[in-house]
Amino acid sequence: MSSAQFERELIFEGPTLAPALPAQGLIALSPINRRRLANFKAHHRGHWSFWIFMVLFGLSLFAEFIANDRPLIVSYKGELLFPIFRDYPEEKFGGFLAQTDYRDSVISDEIQSHGWILWPPIRYSYRTINRALPVPAPSPPTWMLSAAQCQAAAAKVLKPGEPNRGCRDIEWNWLGTDDQGRDVLARLIYGFRLSILFGLILAAISSIIGIAAGAVQGYFGGWTDLLMQRFIEIWSSLPRLYLLIIVSSFIVPGFFVLLGILLIFSWVSLVHVVRAEFLRARNFEYVNAARALGLSNGKIMLKHILPNAMVATLTFLPFVLNESITTLTALDFLGFGLPPGSPSLGELLLQGKSNLQAPWLGLTGFIIIAAMLSLLIFIGEAVRDAFDPRKTLA
Amino acid sequence: MSPLLDVRDLSVTFHQGDRDFAAVDKISFTLSEGRTLALVGESGSGKSLTALSIVKLLPPGAELRGQALFNGEDLLSCSEARLQSLRGEAITMVFQEPMTSLNPLHTIERQIGEILQLHGMRGAIKMRARIIELLQEVGIPDPAQRLSAYPHQLSGGQRQRVMIAMALANRPKLFIADEPTTALDVTVQAQILTLLKDLQKRHNMAMLFITHDLGIVRRLADDVAVMQHGKIVETGPVETIFSKPQHPYTQMLLAAEPKGEPPPLDLGAKVILTADDIKVHFPIKRGFLRRTVGVVKAVDGISLSVREGQTLGIVGESGSGKTTLGLALLRLISSQGKILYLGQQIESLGFKAMRPLRREMQVVFQDPYGSLSPRLSVADIVAEGLIVQDKGLSFLQRREIVARALDDMGLDPKDMDRYPHEFSGGQRQRIAIARAMVLEPKFVVLDEPTSALDMSVQAQIVELLRDLQKKRGLAFLFISHDLKVVRALASEIIVMRHGQVVEAGEAAKIFNDPQSDYTKALFAAAFHIKADVSDAVSQ
Repeated sequence: MSSAQFERELIFEGPTLAPALPAQGLIALSPINRRRLANFKAHHRGHWSFWIFMVLFGLSLFAEFIANDRPLIVSYKGELLFPIFRDYPEEKFGGFLAQTDYRDSVISDEIQSHGWILWPPIRYSYRTINRALPVPAPSPPTWMLSAAQCQAAAAKVLKPGEPNRGCRDIEWNWLGTDDQGRDVLARLIYGFRLSILFGLILAAISSIIGIAAGAVQGYFGGWTDLLMQRFIEIWSSLPRLYLLIIVSSFIVPGFFVLLGILLIFSWVSLVHVVRAEFLRARNFEYVNAARALGLSNGKIMLKHILPNAMVATLTFLPFVLNESITTLTALDFLGFGLPPGSPSLGELLLQGKSNLQAPWLGLTGFIIIAAMLSLLIFIGEAVRDAFDPRKTLA
Repeated sequence: MSPLLDVRDLSVTFHQGDRDFAAVDKISFTLSEGRTLALVGESGSGKSLTALSIVKLLPPGAELRGQALFNGEDLLSCSEARLQSLRGEAITMVFQEPMTSLNPLHTIERQIGEILQLHGMRGAIKMRARIIELLQEVGIPDPAQRLSAYPHQLSGGQRQRVMIAMALANRPKLFIADEPTTALDVTVQAQILTLLKDLQKRHNMAMLFITHDLGIVRRLADDVAVMQHGKIVETGPVETIFSKPQHPYTQMLLAAEPKGEPPPLDLGAKVILTADDIKVHFPIKRGFLRRTVGVVKAVDGISLSVREGQTLGIVGESGSGKTTLGLALLRLISSQGKILYLGQQIESLGFKAMRPLRREMQVVFQDPYGSLSPRLSVADIVAEGLIVQDKGLSFLQRREIVARALDDMGLDPKDMDRYPHEFSGGQRQRIAIARAMVLEPKFVVLDEPTSALDMSVQAQIVELLRDLQKKRGLAFLFISHDLKVVRALASEIIVMRHGQVVEAGEAAKIFNDPQSDYTKALFAAAFHIKADVSDAVSQ
């Protein structure tokens, strides 16, 4: 671009004809999107599900502040400490370990006598082991214990001479513990967050790859389309679960390794929808008109066809999310998923299966997974309604 | 004699949210045996809904009020079972689209036989004889051989004939034709209309004919009812309506034919674009290895030149290759043959090399609903070319240019931030023209820019195009099957058929004195709705 052309001044004679720019709010919505939003809100079940899901997900993002084995704030000898953000050596409180175990009664008594402690509502992290179990692990939810069991447990934690008030004196495990003595509720909160985040990241990345692949296939058609289509058919007919099991048996599966492995297969799920949209839209007259204006293929795909394809994609997204979460849960259940000790819903189900005498494990896992998937399905329904062209463009 | 059909205060109402919208608003008309009533109106006037409500085939959500007395029996209040026995027997319909009105999986014998069987005919031999008789009646050649044909093996005109045969199978008293020829070529249209008129006379049917085309009305109808916004604004015998129209809307419709003269042919004007022996061949590929087994010659050796300030009209029926030719000249599809734009050879330029030239060579498409992206505002649509072609412009400068372009097209620039669906068909076409004109091109391909529009809007668009051409000295390549529009715009025409030139030359000369048989038949069908008796147009 020559600078002369860049600095060229356009002088219009007469008054300006263009109207002032319309006032725009924080988010400018086109009329179509406004109608879609109204459609989404009109679907009450989906709309409610969306907000319930957002609240649950929002809360679980702050899992460390809800369920943690470290206090939020500690005031010790006039000094404000934030153990949730920083590791303090136990020396600070008169101990000898490299990391402070705030749940240790020696440490907590020491702090209490020189200040105060602000705990999160649940004093267990996902990997905290309750060493003062009333009954051997897996121990049932505290509210299910008999008074005698509570008193026996309370006797272990109370100092000699204090009155024994049974269940009120012990730390509660609202949903019991698993077979390693870890609090189920804490694990549930962390596990929910992990599942959703994993699902979201997987769905987002596989959508990007899937849309790109589908767009190229549909837009260019011909041999490109033919070859990629055959490849995808073969690729998607591979038995993915067995492959995942084989791969995860010689790679140590962490969060991102697992994400990568699942991504290898999950990107195909959106390709055919996007491809079909592009095949249809590339012959639209406004696409031809854009070509005649000299727009490049990339621009046409982005500006004119992608918005069409996004409708199909967004409609599918909650279901892709569901699928990702289910796959992760299934792998964890089979023991090929996240490394041992991670808070995972699949692992919770596995524990439920191997400890049939402890029904709270399996039931909790089942209820939370069922609720999460149902919420996503309801949201998906509402999104589908919102993008229904018969409702928006009629 | 009491009329066969007596419609009284018929209303069709749709509920949209909290509002009620009356698509048909208390209309009354009568139709006697052996007469043809034409229901005329522009799109959205409620004429098709009127026809559908007589046989109660309305879309869901429509509320129906009033009376439709057929032989004294109210069709709107009688039972569904009674209606079913009337439909296809005493009252039959033919719809606009012959491509989708027939089931593609059934032979025509089975489709016609079904109607006969439903209404009581038995016996395979008797039925076959009747089907052959019917096909003969509607002018299908060799009916006995065509019995086992599937719809895709028939041409559009033949399909419409089969539809008519089905409608006539049980000798109906009332025949409703909903724009039966709109989707057909003019030559075929003339044949079908002649057939309908003939059949109606012979069987003394009452015909309710729905159309937007006044030329057809004048030739076919006995009485006319003019509809506007769901109301009948004027009704009367055809001669009175055409000679002494009372209502201003009728007068407007009658005056709406594209008028005016193209600029005189000036062979000395600067030549903008020449094309020499353009060929577009699509290979037919078969088998696993996609071997080429033949070619479809969509455009087969066309040479032309377009001059500054002049319009070259490309005339032809569907499938003649005229749109393909336009796209080839713009290099939107690949072709063989030399194309010179202002002396520069462009047929071998790549996509990038063509980009600067795109500014000067623009195109306006047929369908104003399909050619504007529904997701972009009008300002964005019109500014799109500017963003690509003139990168030095600031956002506000572009906005001002767009506003001026819209103003030039007769649109209010204040509407530039609205979306296409808020505009009518004619306004949308103006937006599409603004999109092409904002780049100030020298050469514009107009691909049937008026075909999807109502007659009165057509005339306005033609006027607009002529003004633009005069002001800016534009060279137009005007592609159309509508000869009236071409006559109003083109100084020079090329008549195309099967990808080849049938006749070419000065427009005035060809319109006055066509040389080839095909052109003669085409003009007779278009201007006088006269069917061709020779086989110049047979397909």
